[in-house]
Amino acid sequence: MSNPLLEIRDLHARVEGHEILKGINLTIHSGEVHSIMGPNGSGKSTLAQVLAGRETYEVTAGEVWMEGKNLLELDPEERACVGLFLAFQYPVEIPGVSTQYFLKAAVNAVRKYRGQDELDAVDFLERIKEKLALVDMDERFLNRALNEGFSGGEKKRNEVFQMAVLEPRLAVLDETDSGLDIDALRIVADGVNRLRGADRAFLVITHYQRLLNYIVPDFVHVLIDGRIVRSGGKELALELEQHGYANYEAGVGV
Amino acid sequence: MVSQQEQSLTPTEHDPLQQWSQSEYKYGFYTDIETETVPPGLNEDVIRLISAKKQEPQWLLDWRLKAYHHWLTMTEPQWPNLHYPPIDYQAISYYSAPKIKKQPQSLDEVDPELLRTYEKLGIPLHEREILAGVAVDAVFDSVSVATTFKGKLAEQGIIFCSISEAVHQYPDLVREYLGSVVPYSDNFFATLNSAVFTDGSFVYVPRGVRCPMELSTYFRINAMATGQFERTLIVAEAGSFVSYLEGCTAPMRDENQLHAAVVELLALDDATIKYSTIQNWYPGDKEGKGGIYNFVTKRGKCQGRNSHISWTQVETGSAITWKYPSCILQGDGSVGEFYSVALTNHYQQADTGTKMIHIGRDTSSTIVSKGISAGFGQNTYRGQVKILKAAENARNYTQCDSMLMGEQCGAHTFPYIEVKNSTARMEHEATTSKIGEDQLFYCNQRGISNEDAVNMIVNGFCREVLRELPMEFAVEAQKLLEVSLEGSVG
Ligand SMILES: Nc1ncnc2c1ncn2[C@@H]1O[C@H](COP(=O)(O)OP(=O)(O)O)[C@@H](O)[C@H]1O
Ligand SMILES: [Mg+2]
Repeated sequence: MSNPLLEIRDLHARVEGHEILKGINLTIHSGEVHSIMGPNGSGKSTLAQVLAGRETYEVTAGEVWMEGKNLLELDPEERACVGLFLAFQYPVEIPGVSTQYFLKAAVNAVRKYRGQDELDAVDFLERIKEKLALVDMDERFLNRALNEGFSGGEKKRNEVFQMAVLEPRLAVLDETDSGLDIDALRIVADGVNRLRGADRAFLVITHYQRLLNYIVPDFVHVLIDGRIVRSGGKELALELEQHGYANYEAGVGV
Repeated sequence: MVSQQEQSLTPTEHDPLQQWSQSEYKYGFYTDIETETVPPGLNEDVIRLISAKKQEPQWLLDWRLKAYHHWLTMTEPQWPNLHYPPIDYQAISYYSAPKIKKQPQSLDEVDPELLRTYEKLGIPLHEREILAGVAVDAVFDSVSVATTFKGKLAEQGIIFCSISEAVHQYPDLVREYLGSVVPYSDNFFATLNSAVFTDGSFVYVPRGVRCPMELSTYFRINAMATGQFERTLIVAEAGSFVSYLEGCTAPMRDENQLHAAVVELLALDDATIKYSTIQNWYPGDKEGKGGIYNFVTKRGKCQGRNSHISWTQVETGSAITWKYPSCILQGDGSVGEFYSVALTNHYQQADTGTKMIHIGRDTSSTIVSKGISAGFGQNTYRGQVKILKAAENARNYTQCDSMLMGEQCGAHTFPYIEVKNSTARMEHEATTSKIGEDQLFYCNQRGISNEDAVNMIVNGFCREVLRELPMEFAVEAQKLLEVSLEGSVG
């Protein structure tokens, strides 16, 4: 088997003195789609944020390797540049900064890191237009201030659009399905599916099984109270749908 | 020292030159014209001397003296939210002829630190030379550009010259309009300026003429050395249009700590004046030492029907800023606008805002103020909107946003509203925000560094103001904000 794209070993993290992640182990190879499911407050977003390098979360033990790089030693922007992308559960608004301007800054920051020339506005526009179609977004989106006044669904589509433009190696989707109606959910899932490929992996975080009908995972992991208590194939998601998390929660004595 | 006891000079109306030479002799001034500086202190003689040196007509001297005597009865305003040690007005020298310094012959001889700043600001090469004080004949290019444009303006009857020159060449115009918007008795600093102003700009746009270029895009370098007590007067006749740019993004160091400028704008029927400022005077060092005190009076009078005056300012410099560009909306249907970005970093303090006085019917005003505080900076917005009784259907929109970077800085807002006509429609919005850790992290996660993220967020915050600036100026202003905030986050 090829080298893993991401390897998490015994990861512990805390926030404001509380231990939230209590020893996560997870290995992801290129081309795979993993799903993490768990009840509210189990630490799903914490895991996503720790991977992306948010300082409010303190890593107290463990290691994370991405393609031979010690991820925990990199700044958040470096992690992005080596190909880690996080679709936020709560995308942030930046008033007065157009989506296009923001994304161009992002693309050029990544290109610069990789020693590539910066794209000018015209080249950039060419490249992103086709990606808009991927999430059924209108060109007018580009001139609106980033996420400002966007509906919940628009924000999530914007995350997937950005992912399409930035072409990450590993994309972490944090509850990208929450707050979406069924049509928006289909659009988002279609966008993700079209970005699946042999040289990319996904970590799809969700509370509900619903999303996994559209983005069918190769592996499902159940996260309870900061630990992965069970891993399996896509059928595990269906089982959770039927029985809920109660069994597992009882098991870990929450 | 000039002493009060000594006999004062009799103004000899017909021979100001004689008066000048007498005073030189009498008080032992340097005889070398090039390097002359009046000893510190303010009294009638000093004012007479300034007037004489500039060979001014009697009416102007009289006006200055009236201002001076009025000033003696005034006290420095205490209401601004500014803290600085008392200013000793007798310790200031009120006239200093342009000094010929030893000029560098090329950029190679200029302080590399200064050059790096110019580069960061994206100032064109030939302008860097002028700014750095490279001998003028070495930068022949830009000077000839200025001359060409001056010719073009003259063809349309537009006057654009120094106010001293205007006093001699267009005395009737200057006499009619000087002090017509900001009277000599207006306020402590404006009155001081009226007594001792040394130079500034004069613009006159004739009836129906649309000024074909941004004034001072090409001249701003030349117009720069105008000193401590600048006086600018812009008159736009009926149906004319002019856009005036003041200042420069390059950091301006000045030995004079106190600056008290006056700007008067007058717009007649259907005339439009756009006045844009970028102010980047020395703010003092990181500990708050040194830096310019900037006490400015700027006022525009929309005298004519449907006239329009728009102030746009980007203030990043000075240790102390006291400045309220205002509009008197007298003509029916006239429009006043104020767009401002004020940034205070380190120990800078700014108390700035505007006044919109609605007198005519159907007058409208817009105020968009963006205050950014970083370090220990203190930023105060002070704005007044006054709707007088006759102002039927007046409208005002005020938006006042503050951004805080860090824990030690402050933002303060003092809106004063006075409405004497019930048909007025007023809208006021105010926000205070911090550059959120969540915003920075979101940018980081897309590969954007903290520094670039801060710049982007700040520029977004200021967008409504920056877009009011002429394109070229806007790009410079954006870079200036970046340079001014360097190292303030992360
Ligand atoms: N910034 C924070 N400050 C304090 N507590 C936090 C913070 N972020 C998360 N937590 C706590 O950590 C636990 C896990 O949260 P989270 O990772 O968001 O869960 P999930 O995404 O699975 O719903 C919760 O108890 C939550 O209250
Ligand atoms: Mg979550």
